[in-house]
Amino acid sequence: MKIKDTLENYTFILPAVTIFSVFYIIPFIWVFQLGLFDWDGISFTKVFVGLQNFKEVFLQDRNWWQSMWNASYITLIAITLQNILAFMLAWACDREIKMKNFYRVIFFIPPVLSEVVVGMVWRFIINDIDGANIINRTLTGMGFANLAHNWLSDPNTALTTVAIVHCWKGFGWGFLIFLAGLQTIPRELYEAARVDGASAWQSFKKITLPLMIPVMVLVAILTVLGTMQVFVLIVSLVGGEFAGHTSVPVLRILASMRGSSRFGYACAQGITFGMVLVAISFIQYRFSKKGQ
Amino acid sequence: MKHAFYYKTEKIVINTLIHLFLISVAVTCLYPLLWMIVSSLKTQDMIFKDISLIPHQFRLENYVQAWKEGGFGRNFFNSIIYTVSVVFGIVIISSMAAYAFSRLKFVGSKFLFIMFMAAMMIPIPGSFVALYVLLNKLHLRNTPIGYILCMINVGLSTSIFLLKTFFDKMPKELEDAARIDGCSKIGIWWHVALPLAKPVLAVVIVLNALTVWNEYILALIIFDNRQFMPLQVALQTFQGEFVTNYPLLMAGLTITALPIILVYLFMQKYIVKGVTQGAVVG
Repeated sequence: MKIKDTLENYTFILPAVTIFSVFYIIPFIWVFQLGLFDWDGISFTKVFVGLQNFKEVFLQDRNWWQSMWNASYITLIAITLQNILAFMLAWACDREIKMKNFYRVIFFIPPVLSEVVVGMVWRFIINDIDGANIINRTLTGMGFANLAHNWLSDPNTALTTVAIVHCWKGFGWGFLIFLAGLQTIPRELYEAARVDGASAWQSFKKITLPLMIPVMVLVAILTVLGTMQVFVLIVSLVGGEFAGHTSVPVLRILASMRGSSRFGYACAQGITFGMVLVAISFIQYRFSKKGQ
Repeated sequence: MKHAFYYKTEKIVINTLIHLFLISVAVTCLYPLLWMIVSSLKTQDMIFKDISLIPHQFRLENYVQAWKEGGFGRNFFNSIIYTVSVVFGIVIISSMAAYAFSRLKFVGSKFLFIMFMAAMMIPIPGSFVALYVLLNKLHLRNTPIGYILCMINVGLSTSIFLLKTFFDKMPKELEDAARIDGCSKIGIWWHVALPLAKPVLAVVIVLNALTVWNEYILALIIFDNRQFMPLQVALQTFQGEFVTNYPLLMAGLTITALPIILVYLFMQKYIVKGVTQGAVVG
């Protein structure tokens, strides 16, 4: 009876644990294993090269570090521009204001769309087709014809353009979490502050900001983790298989795997990148603990 | 009196400014979508001449062409099949596991639960390389079943977390009553726990449906044949093939985006709940 009971309990978790072991744990171990080999993904023999792949990632691969810089740049813009916009919108919606729900519904439409759709539609809007490029048309109409150009193929503007489209897609998500956070602040606090003669700015600085710091840290960490790994948006926006000079780490991994058939090297890049991500979120987490 | 009047005017001015700010952002959100839909109704040469947002033509030919000649009907069908089967799999498998983690006692339960939660927090950006190798070995690459199993795995951790949190708070009395009536554990899970979990199951269903419908990278590395591809990956090949035919591409994008927008508009309560709860996990 006891044995049957125990077996019955295990049948509940068996499907989940099986799928998880096969499709998460095994690949997880293999990534670390493959990182030590030179392998094209097809042949039967793998050549053990030790830490050679990692050495190459760190010391020789300029494209890799360029892609890291690109992702960091996009992340920097996302964490400032996108999150400040999200916070301002949330703050504006966290009050008795008409059409509050309408705004909330609209702002979250970009985040539910796929990156492929967003990238391709924006490519169509800002790509250099004479007639259809709205941004260029507006600039020309306002008398800045010399500023109108192909934003995505000019190396000086391509990365910033990508970052701004990324912000367009992402701000609604931050907005939603900030709004949920703001709504947990008890209204009585604001009332009390107002009775004591505090100005709107004072109560924002003394009540809203301190209470929102944990939420801000959370959003910041998730923004960094999400944005560093962005790539589908870039492929569909910029075009080209690995997005040329706007490449990002995940695209470099994909390029090592599918472009040059270096599976071991791709895994080494993946591990390096994963460790950077874990380190960043750890630092941010510690930083937030100290701040409190 | 002057004082009160001053405050009232100030309030109106501030509210107007706030509305202007919010409306301009809302317009920026909607504009690309309207542009996409309107362009999908135009002909190729009208797209360059007419840039107004009011369509002067209602050509549905682009949709017919994308659906039939572009093979989009097939890919749409694939996306539906993948989304439905993955979500179904996740609901059954994760609710069983979450119920066990919450209610049943067995050796290793705490360790296994922590393992699922850790998977949610540790990013492994290179895992798709190993997953590709694994699926090749299992002869599951370029098969729908391989893709479905991978995607079930993607959604497991978050779903288990959401469901376990719910089961932990759920009162035990109903289950006890069912047990006294001689109901088996599986019976209690199916007849008592699942029906009570409907609100959180809705969150799990909607969140996972969004993820699967929008998924790209795994579909890209798993499928070689166009006939198995879901919409997101098929769109990429579409862009290459019809590089100049923008109305056709916009029709394809509208076909891809519209179902998700409709699901979002009808189920937004659950999505908002899922997003805010899911964020707390990370």
